[in-house]
Amino acid sequence: MQRSFLSRLTGLAAWFAALLIAFPIIWMLVTAFKTERAAIAVPPLLIFKPVLGSFAAATAQTGYLSFALNSIIVSLGATLFAVIIAFPAAYAMAFRPGRHTQGLLIWMLSTKMLPPVGALVPVYLIYRDVGLLDTRTGLIILNMLMNLPLVIWMLFSFFKDIPAAILEAALVDGVNTRQQMQHLLLPLAAPGIASTALLSIILAWNESFWSINLTAAHAGTLAAFITRFSQPEGLFWAKLSAASVLAVAPVLLFGSLTQRHLVRGLTFGAVK
Amino acid sequence: MATLELRGVRKTYGTGEVVKGVDLSIKDREFVVFVGPSGCGKSTLLRMIAGLEEISAGELLIDGVRANEIPPDERELAMVFQSYALYPHMTVAGNMGFALKMAGKPKAEIAAKVAQAARILQLEALLDRRPKMLSGGQRQRVAIGRAIVRNPKCFLFDEPLSNLDAALRVQMRTEIAKLHQELEATMVYVTHDQVEAMTMADRIVVLNGGRVEQVGAPLELYRNPASKFVAGFIGSPRMNMLEVAVAGHDGAAVRLTLPGGESLAVPARDALVKTGARVTLGLRPESLNLADDGALRGKVEVVEHLGAEMLVHVRTPQDDLLIIKAPDEARIHPNQTVGIGINPARSCLFGEDGLALILRVDALA
Repeated sequence: MQRSFLSRLTGLAAWFAALLIAFPIIWMLVTAFKTERAAIAVPPLLIFKPVLGSFAAATAQTGYLSFALNSIIVSLGATLFAVIIAFPAAYAMAFRPGRHTQGLLIWMLSTKMLPPVGALVPVYLIYRDVGLLDTRTGLIILNMLMNLPLVIWMLFSFFKDIPAAILEAALVDGVNTRQQMQHLLLPLAAPGIASTALLSIILAWNESFWSINLTAAHAGTLAAFITRFSQPEGLFWAKLSAASVLAVAPVLLFGSLTQRHLVRGLTFGAVK
Repeated sequence: MATLELRGVRKTYGTGEVVKGVDLSIKDREFVVFVGPSGCGKSTLLRMIAGLEEISAGELLIDGVRANEIPPDERELAMVFQSYALYPHMTVAGNMGFALKMAGKPKAEIAAKVAQAARILQLEALLDRRPKMLSGGQRQRVAIGRAIVRNPKCFLFDEPLSNLDAALRVQMRTEIAKLHQELEATMVYVTHDQVEAMTMADRIVVLNGGRVEQVGAPLELYRNPASKFVAGFIGSPRMNMLEVAVAGHDGAAVRLTLPGGESLAVPARDALVKTGARVTLGLRPESLNLADDGALRGKVEVVEHLGAEMLVHVRTPQDDLLIIKAPDEARIHPNQTVGIGINPARSCLFGEDGLALILRVDALA
């Protein structure tokens, strides 16, 4: 009795915490179905007649689809190149470590501590001069570079979980490095590579700083799309919410579908 | 199929030296076992032969050709690992045929070689299984099969049996020995188990602290150990060691004073001992016997009955522990005082530096 009461209390607390964390998303979802007038009503309306007008307005004038397409291309492209570069890098670090491998890993991670705004001006000027401003290529390169440390780290730790003797056995058996990567490492680390790629896609999708600052009409992602609704003429809460829902819905859906993979990937090796 | 030669091979990690200059020549079709306690450098030496570790100094020759710079995938050797190192996502047949497939061999040839290896190792019924579904012994056989199919110049075994239970280990031991006869291949085998070394090897290389202590045939090492270390490492139960003094010597024998003051003459030709020197007398358990009129007396501590024979642990008044191997009989009990006879013919003498003082010519006779 005592125990079931306690566990029920814990459950209740967990629900409360979850609701608190999810509240902004839920409120955004609710607001998206309101009219502009209902959206700014004080006290906030909990019961209202849902309308789809904000969605229509948010997509009609703005070319939502082209922003969404940019988001897809940029996040997939950045992830693809990051994994292609990180795979051999992580291989070298996991199976042929040198004297500087550990330091290199730490250094790579430390680059994530630099505030992006510190690099904005130089990157902007370089991009302007080489013609990468407002291009998908430019965004793919930036996102790829930003995710690279994390992708290398994750692949590195997945590779570390593969017994080195398996690759050594293949090596002595005359199997060369490329064949080892293709026929042993790739299939053995496939679940790890998948969860690494998922995380990289989500990070690139959610990236807003560079997307907002380096793109205009042509290569803007959904992050840039949202900012269009907080323009000088004032905030339009319902339209902004509708736009935000449209921007986060794909990745939210994607995330929940692949949740099991993600959690497994992030906790891999932690319990062994 | 291949000869191996090591010339002054060393391995250093940073400032620590793990292998301190090994010279060794392995003949074609020879079964050589590296044996020694953990950390003696035996696995490192094997990995250097395989090419998995760089050789810090010295030379490795495979078939007379310097191989230091040849990458492992071009040395045409095969290695069997302690952990088996099977490819978990492939079937048994896939595991065995993988290297051939990567080498671009035709499918029919791969299938034939895999089938042949499977027959030798009795794996035919398991070809479609994954490693996960196999027992330890079966996995070990697959790992050996993977080595066989490539028809390598030389087989390298890195403690292949230490993950198996005792009964299976004995069985696999004979299987590997049989395989060696069947394949007529050069094999280098690393183990910390001196029984494996004794039962399988043509020649044993005893390593200690990165150095070769002694190289020789199993019986040669057993009867004529070059040092106290080898004497203690080879043979189970261990050789008994007694600190004794040299009372004198003539051309045929050395007279020793045992710890209790008893006198013993050990036959020795050209013994390099001075009268009065402190030396160590090594006696195998089978060189001692239970005899009421024996030279020594002591109290029985433990009796281990093995059926055909027994091991009697006896504590002498001088607090030396002697293990005696004798025909098994029920009349010996703990706390009983017994007399111990010594057969000095097979005894060994070691100087204070631990090296053997007598190299007997009759060692293998």
